Amino acid sequence: MAKFLLIESRDPFDNNVVTRQYDLAVNLVKEGNEVTLFLIQNGVLPARPGSHSALLTATARSGVEVLADDFSLRERGIADTRLVEGVKAAPLSVIVDQLADGRKAMWH
Amino acid sequence: MSKTLTFALMDPPFENARSTTAMRLIDLAVKRGLNVNVFAYEGAVYLPFAKQAQHPNAVHGRSLEEENHPLPRAWIAAIMKEAAAKGTKVDWVNCGLCVDERGAGEAIEGVRRGSPADFWKFAEGSDNTLVIGTK
Amino acid sequence: MKVLNIVEAAYRGTLEEQDDPIIWICSAMKGANADIDVLLRGNAVNYAIKAQDASGLSFGGQEQTQPPKIADDLVRLKGKGVKIYVVDDALRERGIEPSELIDGLDFVPRSKLARLFGGYDQVWHW
Repeated sequence: MAKFLLIESRDPFDNNVVTRQYDLAVNLVKEGNEVTLFLIQNGVLPARPGSHSALLTATARSGVEVLADDFSLRERGIADTRLVEGVKAAPLSVIVDQLADGRKAMWH
Repeated sequence: MSKTLTFALMDPPFENARSTTAMRLIDLAVKRGLNVNVFAYEGAVYLPFAKQAQHPNAVHGRSLEEENHPLPRAWIAAIMKEAAAKGTKVDWVNCGLCVDERGAGEAIEGVRRGSPADFWKFAEGSDNTLVIGTK
Repeated sequence: MKVLNIVEAAYRGTLEEQDDPIIWICSAMKGANADIDVLLRGNAVNYAIKAQDASGLSFGGQEQTQPPKIADDLVRLKGKGVKIYVVDDALRERGIEPSELIDGLDFVPRSKLARLFGGYDQVWHW
């Protein structure tokens, strides 16, 4: 079993390839890996309940840890008490710590 | 012994959020006591460009001092200084051919010129590598 | 250390650079004995098409004499021992026929990317 960190900086409103990264995260879990999907920059936009949020909830329910950069949320006025189910606010240091732990990391 | 992370960056400053996020990550890594290698590829060679200069902001009625416009070269210099104070290092390599084609030869002190071979050496010698590509 | 390099953005700066910067850096790293392979996904699957032709540009009479030849670059990379994977769903979605492609590609369905990534020490998404 390997550990993966997928950093998603783009949003599914403007970029229809983003949902493929959510699918990749789920597929990596199905392959027996531990996966964190870390949303950052506009990647946090679907964390606010809206038309694409169900995708994130489904991703989390599939066993992916879905985190959203707390600064990116605040920058966009998304209260961390208002996040869609399955998404948790987290500090950027999670990325640094997971990189230092040797997780296979991909930025999208 | 401190762990080492390598970052490959591609974006120039002032154009999108990726360059600021990269700076946040590098800053955090240094604060965590890690050594950091940076391979600046393509437009990212402008991040440590020595000739970046502040300006006032007439739209907001702010003088040069009041505006205190961020300069990535100053951020990088400060992060390098912080690393040195902690006994760790930020080793920043600008891709030389990218520097040449952009005329970005004047970089701040502490930045060196290199090639993709340096990036591969960085990656092999560090605990992990994150590539932040451009779009 | 074995690394998979993912190229997704296509035709970004390729005319000014006369190369795709990621295919180029992969060639340079291979020259430094890096153990790497390449995955083309998204619009970058178009890079595997033989018939790409970016020749003929000129600006104020200044002609571009070395237009990018990205398919040739992939063939050369393949010749150095680098595997070139292509997401076959992305080809189909774009209406690209197998006969249009360079030889020697390894096709992978999107659904199998997770398994592919598991075989590498690191995966760099450029």
